[in-house]
Amino acid sequence: MVTSTTTPKSGEPPMMTGSGALLKSLEILGITDVFGLPGGAIMPFYDELMSQTAIRHILVRHEQGAGHAAEGYALAKGQVGVCIATSGPGATNLVTAIADAHMDSIPMIAITGQVFSTLMGTDAFQEVDIVGITMPITKHSFLVTKAEDIPATVAAAYQIATTGRPGPVLIDVTKDCQQGSAPFIWPDKVELPGYKPVQKAHGKQVQAAAEMIAQAERPIFYIGGGAIRANSQKELREIVEAVGAPAITTLTARGVLSDKHPQNLGMPGMHGSVPAVLGLQESDLLIVLGARFDDRVTGKVSEFAPNAKVIHVDIDPAEIGKIREADVPIVGDVREVILDLLPEWKKVKKTAKPLTAWWERLESLRASFPLGFDDLDDGLLAPQGIIQKIGQMSGPEAIYAAGVGQHQMWAAQYIEYERPGAWLNSGGAGTMGFAVPAAMGAKIGQPDRVVWAIDGDGCFQMTNQELATCVINDIPIKVAIINNSSLGMVRQWQTLFYDGRHSFTDLQPLDGPEFIPDFVKLAEAYGCLGIRVRTEDEIEPAIKLALETNDRPVVIDFIVSREAMVWPMVPQGVGNSNVQYARDHAPSWDEE
Amino acid sequence: MSHHVLSLLVEDKPGLLTRVAGLFARRGYNIHSLAVGTTEVEGLSRITLVVDVAGSPLEQVTKQLNKLINVLKIVELEPEQSVQREHMLVKVRIDQNTRSQILEAVNLFRARVVDVAPDSLVIEVTGDTQKIDALLKVLEPFGIKEIAQSGLLAMGRGSKSISERIFKNQ
Repeated sequence: MVTSTTTPKSGEPPMMTGSGALLKSLEILGITDVFGLPGGAIMPFYDELMSQTAIRHILVRHEQGAGHAAEGYALAKGQVGVCIATSGPGATNLVTAIADAHMDSIPMIAITGQVFSTLMGTDAFQEVDIVGITMPITKHSFLVTKAEDIPATVAAAYQIATTGRPGPVLIDVTKDCQQGSAPFIWPDKVELPGYKPVQKAHGKQVQAAAEMIAQAERPIFYIGGGAIRANSQKELREIVEAVGAPAITTLTARGVLSDKHPQNLGMPGMHGSVPAVLGLQESDLLIVLGARFDDRVTGKVSEFAPNAKVIHVDIDPAEIGKIREADVPIVGDVREVILDLLPEWKKVKKTAKPLTAWWERLESLRASFPLGFDDLDDGLLAPQGIIQKIGQMSGPEAIYAAGVGQHQMWAAQYIEYERPGAWLNSGGAGTMGFAVPAAMGAKIGQPDRVVWAIDGDGCFQMTNQELATCVINDIPIKVAIINNSSLGMVRQWQTLFYDGRHSFTDLQPLDGPEFIPDFVKLAEAYGCLGIRVRTEDEIEPAIKLALETNDRPVVIDFIVSREAMVWPMVPQGVGNSNVQYARDHAPSWDEE
Repeated sequence: MSHHVLSLLVEDKPGLLTRVAGLFARRGYNIHSLAVGTTEVEGLSRITLVVDVAGSPLEQVTKQLNKLINVLKIVELEPEQSVQREHMLVKVRIDQNTRSQILEAVNLFRARVVDVAPDSLVIEVTGDTQKIDALLKVLEPFGIKEIAQSGLLAMGRGSKSISERIFKNQ
């Protein structure tokens, strides 16, 4: 990763401006793509950026777009994403994306310009305390006021962002730091005495885990996004197959174990599959790998998997015991732990309890409650079928980025993911508007893959300005707007829990002109191919045309029913045993 | 309500105190007292924090504190295994009739008078929390005009030091 810098023959390190040092440091770290938008306090850096070719800079239309693009890039490529903004509002526009990266443990470096150090604290033009603002939503942050501090700071930021539990790191660089100059000295070793993430777990604990799995009659693997961050898909599959227990993959873990794998019961949680939700509920042992018992997975915690013991593996010790007490706590990298667990499991495998009865129960749930949807009374298209068709026609090698809401849940349910990095979404933060910029970043990171943004019409209107970035920089993403003319998920809750009072969730007046805005015209205005789909027979040809069009982005406006709802569902605040398969249709688990 | 005394060894970096305080504020915990100062190692500071929380959430906060890049070590100091001291200045109203009574209390508590005015005294006292509270109780009837109190300082008993193991590892 680190290459040596060229030093002059005299042996003296080269003199560089702070801006030059920043650029050189990024280059040494192997960073090839960055997303940003210039402004006063970051101009010295942009001046240097213009005169080099090692790093490609994508000029976005809004800093939030740069942030989500960096996230999409990081998720699709498995490398750190970098976004750049100026001071003040430029920096605050990054805040949502930084928070999003923090919640989903995405490695990101955010670089912001800051006013002259002599002006800091004087309410100078475009001054905000961005280090202060982002303290609770970054893994760490740095303020740099001297050019000589740049190399060591960037090296430390990279190490912090990409190791242990990854996350966003902010580097705030004053304008005088960028303009100043100092000898460029790249550190041999990053000195962080207070930062020592544990990789390898305690051997005794791993042994105890193997024994506990052998004792279990109804074990289940509860796999979270940490399994993806640890690059553990190969080892994960080995341990899941060796143990023979069922597995569920959370929203942020979709694809790390293929959806086609016979032991994969699908996604758990509020909109999880019935077998996944009840599989966790009825289990006697949760084998938790890189997951954090999010409230959207557990429902009411006191009623979650009430009879289960817990083996909890996480690289972040603070996650263990945070929500649910662990019987066997294991701090370590998921992949490393599995590598240690495999031989321990071999030793105890002979003593393992048979799982036949457990699988019979789960297979009966699978047979009784398959994923499915009904046609709607209003004659409009069902959104689930469209998303399913996009997945079938684009295949497992494509990348799918989603916004937040109903379309996100359908995209998580109805597309089959077979590899990590194929599904990008905003899990913890639930950031509407994630899809278009994240897809853009993913396409930069993985230019040979088909990249879809599956978006809602509400989400799309938050960040569609990045289509201009896509057109100008030749980033041919494909956008499927699941257009139900409303803020669908909130509307669904209003229908179910607020007596159908749809307070401010209709984005199109029912009695006004048809499309405000007209997304096809909007797409064309950006220079994209715009397609509108209203009927069943238009769906396939539109997706086909989108897949064949690679000289510009494509936007398909799928006009769908606003009455469609996401099922299954566990209403908020109740235990997961109350999962409803469809409206007024709870599973009949009482029979068992 | 249970008091916990936490001792943190931290890198002396700007904003560190905000990061530490933020983790408590975010969870709605009240920091009862705080003392920060330099240590025997250059570049390292020590924070002694007294916080009111129940048992299990404290574990979550200490784990989160441990995640702060500039925090090197955290120990919880139990009262039996540590020396704990507070330092206080208190300004008391005096007159002809009360002077001798107050001076008697000062001697009794092994406190010191550090400023004298015709109608007031400033008293300096060092001790554990109970001693400080007891002195205040005695002085209260005379009229306390002002109090300045340090955060609790604490240190483990015996020969071990908080920074020992950190530097052994390097």
